[in-house]
Amino acid sequence: MKFALKILKDFPAYLWSGWGAVASILLFIAFWDMGNQIYGDLVLPAPLETFKTLFVMIQDASVIEEIKTTLYRASMGFGISLLLGSALGLIAGFFATASMMSRPIVTILVGMPPIAWIVLAMIWFGMGDETVIFTVIVASFPIIFVGALQGTRTLDGDLKEMADSFNLPWHMKFFDVYFPHIFSYVFPAWVSGLGMAWKIVIMAELLATSDGMGASLAIARSQLDTPTALALVVIMIGSLMVIEYIILEPIKREVELWRS
Amino acid sequence: MEKLEVKGLNHHFGFTEILRDINFTLEKGEVLSIVGPSGGGKTTLLHLCADLLDVEEGSVKNSFASHTFAFQEGRLLPWKNVIDNIALGLLANGEKKAAAIQKSQEIALQFGLEEEDFEKFPKDLSGGMKQRVSFARALVVKPSLLFIDEPFSALDIGLKKELQAILIEMISKKEISILFITHDLMEAIRLSDEILLLKADPGHIVKKFQYDLPQNERDDKYVYSESAKILQDVEIIDTFELELK
Ligand SMILES: Nc1ncnc2c1ncn2[C@@H]1O[C@H](COP(=O)(O)OP(=O)(O)OP(=O)(O)O)[C@@H](O)[C@H]1O
Ligand SMILES: [Mg+2]
Repeated sequence: MKFALKILKDFPAYLWSGWGAVASILLFIAFWDMGNQIYGDLVLPAPLETFKTLFVMIQDASVIEEIKTTLYRASMGFGISLLLGSALGLIAGFFATASMMSRPIVTILVGMPPIAWIVLAMIWFGMGDETVIFTVIVASFPIIFVGALQGTRTLDGDLKEMADSFNLPWHMKFFDVYFPHIFSYVFPAWVSGLGMAWKIVIMAELLATSDGMGASLAIARSQLDTPTALALVVIMIGSLMVIEYIILEPIKREVELWRS
Repeated sequence: MEKLEVKGLNHHFGFTEILRDINFTLEKGEVLSIVGPSGGGKTTLLHLCADLLDVEEGSVKNSFASHTFAFQEGRLLPWKNVIDNIALGLLANGEKKAAAIQKSQEIALQFGLEEEDFEKFPKDLSGGMKQRVSFARALVVKPSLLFIDEPFSALDIGLKKELQAILIEMISKKEISILFITHDLMEAIRLSDEILLLKADPGHIVKKFQYDLPQNERDDKYVYSESAKILQDVEIIDTFELELK
């Protein structure tokens, strides 16, 4: 609770430090506008036109519906990865054999191109929610699994010994000695897992479903509707940026204050 | 009667013999120090006594009601600030949070830490400050037996004397028994009832020195003259490979 308050208290200062980021985004938009003037509206619509299209789109109930569908798939897939990856990673980390055996599996999961998973999932599950959710899970699971595994593997034996010498009860051992260390590994893994999930969900939808933002993107492409396509991209990137910079980054800062 | 009794203690790490046939007894209210060359097995011996390592051969019998350990490298929790680190042992003993914080702040001030340091994380502390925090964490729970592994090695002379004075007061009141390691012979003479000289390869006790004058009556003159005496001792010269000029 105290912790949440501290995050809120530091939030304005954090936002203020974001002017640099705003400046670079504006610079980016300026280059975008330059590209529009060179290549024309069909190839690269002007930022203004894109944002106008965006504005119209977000008032359209059907578009909101697509966004919700995508959100549902991404959060289902990511949620399952988060639970499974964290739990299995922690358990594997506690056993030397398990962490040794899991390494090649992780290499396979990480090394396998997501597109190959999509093809397999389409064969196994057909076109629909399951295919997308499955792909999201297999893409973000290994990232979270490895984070959790590293967290437990790197626990400091000296601190464990110290905890024993002071007869810490089990709940103090967990919350004061193990958890902060493990969390400092798992949390960044969650953040990268989330980024991965959001990218993969669009890709999987584009190839394997007829609804969701990915599918809308496919339709915009087939109709050569570049402003809509770009507006969709803006939604995707914008939502990721909001989650990352407004929610996750401030938490991460507080959590890692003690790190040098 | 509370006491720590070590009999015929041997220890190996792998095939290397670290300790051979260690025998001593620490009675309640006594202060025992171990001096010896670096790498001689002092830390290993202290860990065996404090039940942080499993005894392989021989026996360690500890009948003290409670004991704590101040580690050579501090071993503070990097994600906890100074006060929360000190309060760890108190909270483990079931003390209320507010009371634990209160006691920790008092001892921190007593140990020369300032209020502005209270919220700092270990990464922002100097080596000597970390040592004081670690020492405070061990002492604040008022253990009946205190193990200290080179408590004051990173402190300046002034601070060293202050902390020694705190210990001497507790010792005179018979509030505490101490087993500690030091590299500083003068410190050993100032604080100990008995000094064990541990020679290396493998670690074994070659000589014991007794000091009967009560700690609070030992002045600088006493400490200097006893130090001069002990530095003439053949075993000390041999153990530390001191050159005679
Ligand atoms: N966990 C371990 N595994 C293997 N060897 C060890 C281990 N801990 C210590 N040793 C070895 O045991 C010997 C004694 O180490 P110890 O830490 O007890 O020395 P020390 O007397 O405390 O030295 P110092 O005064 O430098 O602190 C050293 O040679 C060290 O390499
Ligand atoms: Mg040592």
